[in-house]
Amino acid sequence: MTVLRCEIVPVRSQQDVVAVRQSVRSLAVAQGLSLVDQTKVVTAASELARNTLDHGGGGTARLEAVIDNGRTGLRLTFEDRGPGIKDVDLALTDGFTTGNGLGLGLGGAKRLSNEFDLWSRAGEGTRVTITRWR
Amino acid sequence: MADTSRAARSESGRIARVLEQDSANLLEAWIAAQSKVLSARGSISANELRSQSREFISLLQKAIASGASSVDGPDWDDVRGFLADLSKSRAIQGFSPRETAMFVFSLKEPLFERLGAAANPDADTRTTDVWNASLILDELGIYTTEVYQKSREQLISRQQQDLLELSTPVVKLWDGILALPMVGTLDSSRTQVAMESLLQRIVETGSDVAILDITGVPTVDTLTAQHLLKTVNAVHLMGAECIISGIRPQIAQTIVHLGVELGDVVTKASLADAFRLALSRTGRTVTRIDAHVNDRA
Ligand SMILES: Nc1ncnc2c1ncn2[C@@H]1O[C@H](COP(=O)(O)OP(=O)(O)OP(=O)(O)O)[C@@H](O)[C@H]1O
Ligand SMILES: [Mg+2]
Repeated sequence: MTVLRCEIVPVRSQQDVVAVRQSVRSLAVAQGLSLVDQTKVVTAASELARNTLDHGGGGTARLEAVIDNGRTGLRLTFEDRGPGIKDVDLALTDGFTTGNGLGLGLGGAKRLSNEFDLWSRAGEGTRVTITRWR
Repeated sequence: MADTSRAARSESGRIARVLEQDSANLLEAWIAAQSKVLSARGSISANELRSQSREFISLLQKAIASGASSVDGPDWDDVRGFLADLSKSRAIQGFSPRETAMFVFSLKEPLFERLGAAANPDADTRTTDVWNASLILDELGIYTTEVYQKSREQLISRQQQDLLELSTPVVKLWDGILALPMVGTLDSSRTQVAMESLLQRIVETGSDVAILDITGVPTVDTLTAQHLLKTVNAVHLMGAECIISGIRPQIAQTIVHLGVELGDVVTKASLADAFRLALSRTGRTVTRIDAHVNDRA
């Protein structure tokens, strides 16, 4: 996999989450994703950015345009040094929330992506990487 | 104690004298320095800059001549007031924080040069003068930046407030039918304002149907969905029916993948479809009066 373009943006405020959505959308358009796929990856990014902010206490988003064996796509990595997730399976369960959300964001982001990777350790932080291919 | 204050007074006296006696040359040199740091976007006329600079030198001279050591004291009220006004107006005119603070900081070089010139007796005295002048200008520069920051924050929060109201126009489509066209990001405070004005209009107009149109909402994530559901529930509690319109195919697919259950909420692809449904729910239909009009068109 080759990275064509990479952008690292802060996720520290509500405005940053909006900015992440906008950057992901223009990246998705540039990579030639269909309207449905654009919407999916932007929505997944919105969920993960909001988790980084709300649960992880803020962090960064790495937005990459990638190419692999002629396939182009988007790889997005959300990282924070917050409290981490104690039980990853539980966190991925629909309806599970420790806040007052719907508890659908994490599982939803997974379903909206082609690839999903979650690393988290209690007390150290969380890193979620998703990929959406064209 | 008395000695130190007298010493301080004579030191500040020298700075004040330079500001007074050499003010014309100082003004020219300072304006030249300022012009270098001002970009095109901070639009300010040469005349305005000159009169601001002249006034500041004169106020600064008076304050320093008073001998008061702390720029927080009453002898410095005029200087601080002047800088606060300048900072506020620059914040609104679109000057950067750097350009605003440089008003004060750019005075350092021309002033220090003059403090180091002829009238001063020895190197130690010169160093002391420059040090004292530097302390004063640093304090004033920081003060200017603080006022700038505060003004920007006020400006932004006022704009946010304007936007909140702008973004929530409840429109009456027909007797008993209201629509709320939502545009942009549905964050908590915007949704709250929108919901409140919608509920109020339902009561005022005795409407039976409310249409939440999300054509202008680019992304519907779980938070947005939660806000929408909350609004729908509130409308139901008022005894009215709620239709969500503007759910484009790509949004519909995404909502399904997210796993959001819209339950028995009525949804339509377009505002027109929602309006047609609302008319029929309130016992009306739209019919064409003259079929020929359309045939010819
Ligand atoms: N970056 C993170 N750091 C720590 N905990 C997290 C993080 N991301 C998710 N979690 C945990 O996983 C839970 C489930 O996340 P998920 O996004 O599915 O739901 P939610 O954020 O609570 O609500 P929403 O449906 O609005 O997204 C969260 O409530 C939180 O406890
Ligand atoms: Mg979430």
